[in-house]
Amino acid sequence: MKHKSWYLTIGGILTACMLAFTAAGLFWTPYSPTAMSAPDRNAGPSAAHPFGCDQLGRDILSRTLEGAGSTLTIALAVLAVGFVFGLLIGALCGYYGGAADALVMRLCDAIAAFPSVLLALVVLAVIGPGKYNVIGALGVLFIPSFARLVRGEFLKYRDRDFVRSARLMGVSDLRIIFVHILPNTWPTLLSGLTIGFNNAVLGEASMSYLGIGVNPTEPSLGYMLKEAQGFLFTTPWYTAFPAAIVILLILGVGLIGEGVRERMGVAS
Amino acid sequence: MGKALLKRLALLIGTLLLVSVLAFIAFSVIPGDPTASVLGIEATDEQVAAFRARQGLDLPVWQRYWAWLTAFVRGDFGQSFKFDMPVRALLATRAQVTLVLAAAAFVLIVAISLPLGLLAARRGGGVLDKALDWLVTVTTQITMSVPNFVLGIGLMYLFALVLHWFEPEFVPLEDGLWPHLRFMVFPALAVALPKSAMTVKLLRGSILGELGQDYIRTAYSKGNSRGSALRRHVLRNAMIPVVTFLAMAIGDIMAGSIVVEQVFGIPGLGRILISSIGNRDYPVVQAVVVMVASVVVGCNFLADLLYRVMDPRIERT
Amino acid sequence: MPRFVKRALLLLVVLAMLPASLYGCTGGTEPTPPGASNSGSQPSAAQSGELPDGNSVTVGIAQDLSNLDPQLAATAGVREVLFNIFEGLVKASPDGSVTPAVASDYELSPDGKTYTFTLREGVTFHNGNQVTAEDVVYSLERCAGSENEGTPLVSAFSNVSVITSPDPSHVVVTLAEPSLEFIYSMTAPIIPKDSGPDIASTMVGTGPFCFVSYAPQDSLVMEKYDGYWNAEKAARLDKVTFKIITDTNALVIGLKGGTLDLVIHLPNTLENEVKDQFTVLQDTMKLVQALYLNNAVEPFNNELVRQAMYYAIDVPAIIEFVCDGAGVATGTSMYPAQSRYFLPELAEKYPHDVEKAKELLAQAGYPDGFEMSITVPSNYTQHMETAQVIIEQLKKVGITAELIPVEWESWVNDVYRGRDYQSTVCGIAADDMTAREMLVRYMSDNRKNFIGFADEEYDQVLAQALASLDEEEQTALYKRAEEILNERAASLWIQDACELVVMNPALDGFTFYCTYVLDMSAIGYK
Repeated sequence: MKHKSWYLTIGGILTACMLAFTAAGLFWTPYSPTAMSAPDRNAGPSAAHPFGCDQLGRDILSRTLEGAGSTLTIALAVLAVGFVFGLLIGALCGYYGGAADALVMRLCDAIAAFPSVLLALVVLAVIGPGKYNVIGALGVLFIPSFARLVRGEFLKYRDRDFVRSARLMGVSDLRIIFVHILPNTWPTLLSGLTIGFNNAVLGEASMSYLGIGVNPTEPSLGYMLKEAQGFLFTTPWYTAFPAAIVILLILGVGLIGEGVRERMGVAS
Repeated sequence: MGKALLKRLALLIGTLLLVSVLAFIAFSVIPGDPTASVLGIEATDEQVAAFRARQGLDLPVWQRYWAWLTAFVRGDFGQSFKFDMPVRALLATRAQVTLVLAAAAFVLIVAISLPLGLLAARRGGGVLDKALDWLVTVTTQITMSVPNFVLGIGLMYLFALVLHWFEPEFVPLEDGLWPHLRFMVFPALAVALPKSAMTVKLLRGSILGELGQDYIRTAYSKGNSRGSALRRHVLRNAMIPVVTFLAMAIGDIMAGSIVVEQVFGIPGLGRILISSIGNRDYPVVQAVVVMVASVVVGCNFLADLLYRVMDPRIERT
Repeated sequence: MPRFVKRALLLLVVLAMLPASLYGCTGGTEPTPPGASNSGSQPSAAQSGELPDGNSVTVGIAQDLSNLDPQLAATAGVREVLFNIFEGLVKASPDGSVTPAVASDYELSPDGKTYTFTLREGVTFHNGNQVTAEDVVYSLERCAGSENEGTPLVSAFSNVSVITSPDPSHVVVTLAEPSLEFIYSMTAPIIPKDSGPDIASTMVGTGPFCFVSYAPQDSLVMEKYDGYWNAEKAARLDKVTFKIITDTNALVIGLKGGTLDLVIHLPNTLENEVKDQFTVLQDTMKLVQALYLNNAVEPFNNELVRQAMYYAIDVPAIIEFVCDGAGVATGTSMYPAQSRYFLPELAEKYPHDVEKAKELLAQAGYPDGFEMSITVPSNYTQHMETAQVIIEQLKKVGITAELIPVEWESWVNDVYRGRDYQSTVCGIAADDMTAREMLVRYMSDNRKNFIGFADEEYDQVLAQALASLDEEEQTALYKRAEEILNERAASLWIQDACELVVMNPALDGFTFYCTYVLDMSAIGYK
């Protein structure tokens, strides 16, 4: 493609803004996200509280910042767990093949056949709620999709000439996997990562909306939206801002993924 | 082909068995059981022990699994701890509700995305084309970015509370199929819209990809019009990835239905699943998990069949 | 269109839709489809400004109804619904006293041990049968544990030694220990002889409404009972549907969307959403909301810690946040409507004092505070919000509290029955107006003592009070018991929370009771 990718540019800017916003939330919020103020209950947006206040007089901007921060952290951690293990499993299966490959892939198919949010819900019922348990539950469920993606790429490259010649030259398998093949798979993986990130954000938001695995005192975007649902008429801003943040976060990364696919010519 | 199908079928049963084992073991290791709801808030320890023995809760795990599995296959899903009624009776109407919702969402996805996908794949070249390209991508990206429950809240607010197009109370099937579906359209839309956006995008990409293939040029050179080329050759091939995608999406549609049920207060599998998890009513949870898994795996199997019919090129292994 | 025409039309439509098998109350006039929940296809009066078709209402309740055996010690949320279907020999009246119901009269022997009830003539069960002395004896014996291996279903019945019926119109209950207050326990439901556990599904009682259907997690439907013995107090509505909506937000959406006519226990924070369109009635809930502490576990087994925490929390602020200031601080396990026993000064004993709290914590060996958890049934928005406010306040003295939301059933199982918890926010309501109801649960050997409070002096004082036959002496002893609770800070009692009833403006007749009761019979369209 000759022209500059607009998707990449717009998505990049949007994502940068959202990342700055959420990252800021990890370190600084204008008020304590849990501090309550009786006179400010259900207060509308104002200079002091740009996003308004909720039913207990808590600053919605601060809560959104912190909630976005925690959503981002969880999504990234889930992505990391899913990606690292998916990469290892996919690479080894794709490169070596054989019975182990068949077995692992069948297992992946079985897990992938099942909706991840539902599975995570059941897993959390067993291991109990909490941030790390959410990461663990969602992360494990993200492994199969990455493993399949990586395996597919490795299958494509393992019999190429450059791999064969490397093998003839006595290069170790690990080196072939990570130095020779892996870099070629990046465009596909990157595209997969953007989709995975969005699924992780959606998964976390859905689960906290259902009230599963969250601690209600710590702000999370999904749980805020659940709480806000009763106040749609008098305090619509309570719903609007957290919803906008989730949507923009996903949109930005989605556009980047689009741009990556456009530039690298990867099928979506 | 028969052998391959048998293999798929074995895989399907294996997957379901695996799910059932996991579901059963998982809930057998959690401490505590819901005796209070059956025996009342002031039950004594002796009553609790007697209840446990009666329910077979003091047997080893594998014995309970075997008993549960054999009963399950016969259609006896056990007894709900909390409601003191057969799980099957408890879940029957709820499963119907969720299945209708999921099916409605599926139909909507197909109904929305097929015409839009075809429309978006029209390509004449030039500026207009570029603009269309943009429009499609941006619209689909935005739609895909809205979580289904947020969309549900929005639809509920707009159509039920502001415009009063429908009442925000679930209408059961007994009140008539039409009112039931009329209510279900809105939650189904919340589930369907994000998935439709993805399908439109996929279908469009797939059609455009096929249109660039050599055989299409051949078809054109033979004097086929664009429309007939599309109908005769492209659509069939272009649909293959879409069918795959839709089959894969069934799991997500089920999950989406369960989440959106909470927004619209629909008494389907979602509500009973979540409350049963909280109430440790494990016979119900196990039954829901295995039921959802059966639907998802079953649909994938059907898609696989369809796939083979549509594309004879698929290897027969 | 005149009302009767509309109703006739509705009746026609209903009849046309009905399957051949009709199921309604014996004596009921208007049949309704079995088990069908109200589809709510008519616009509500709140929106259209006119009366809805049919003399029925849909009530939104936030707690799931489980275990519908009316005699089993059910939860307050179940009792308030069943109040409309079942009656005892006597029944609660709005001021908290009891009035004769299935019995027309009763006498207490001078030694305080023998209650003689005269049965009212012409009382019938919903199945049409006359209530006989045999039914009454069966019901009371069942409450005393005749079908439960001797464990009483109603705990006060452990005091019953013998129940007899000397003649068809009298029933005599003899107690082991004298008790003035036992009459309040005679609100225990009278059910047909040999009902057994099936009563939970048949639900045949003598109340102004008869049971029609129950769908778990969905709804309970009841209809007017035309054969009700008290024509003056007969139900005004023909049909009431209790819709179970455990998500408070969905209650608001149901009200706004016109599918609900009445919602009880609405959290104050949601009042603004509905007050334009609905009649909002305000009272207190007739319960004691508290941060109940498990006295049996560390660090709450330390009295200093409990007192420190009481100083650390700011009760007026909690009431302001959660109830818009409309709750009443209690300071002990008694609510203001129990005016004979309520001691308002106890609410002043632990003013908000962070320094004092820190000092006491240091004395107790926790100068830097500690970590704890608060388990809360998540369907109660008010309790959830209270817990969040408390967590903020406890932070200031170094106590880090974690909120654990649980389903109602888990709460009953783990916290209330299992006592496997650290602390919990909930409301404890009384069955009747005796002080006993609110105080016995703090006796060290009481089955309901989920707080795990154990204090010798308290046990003595309360035992004396329970056995006392002199009302004044008894009242004084109860008050002393309340003071001991407050001194020992057995738990952090907060308030009798604000009760908001949100009602379709076309309705009237809602009556607040001194106990946790929802009387649907007096409600009707204006």
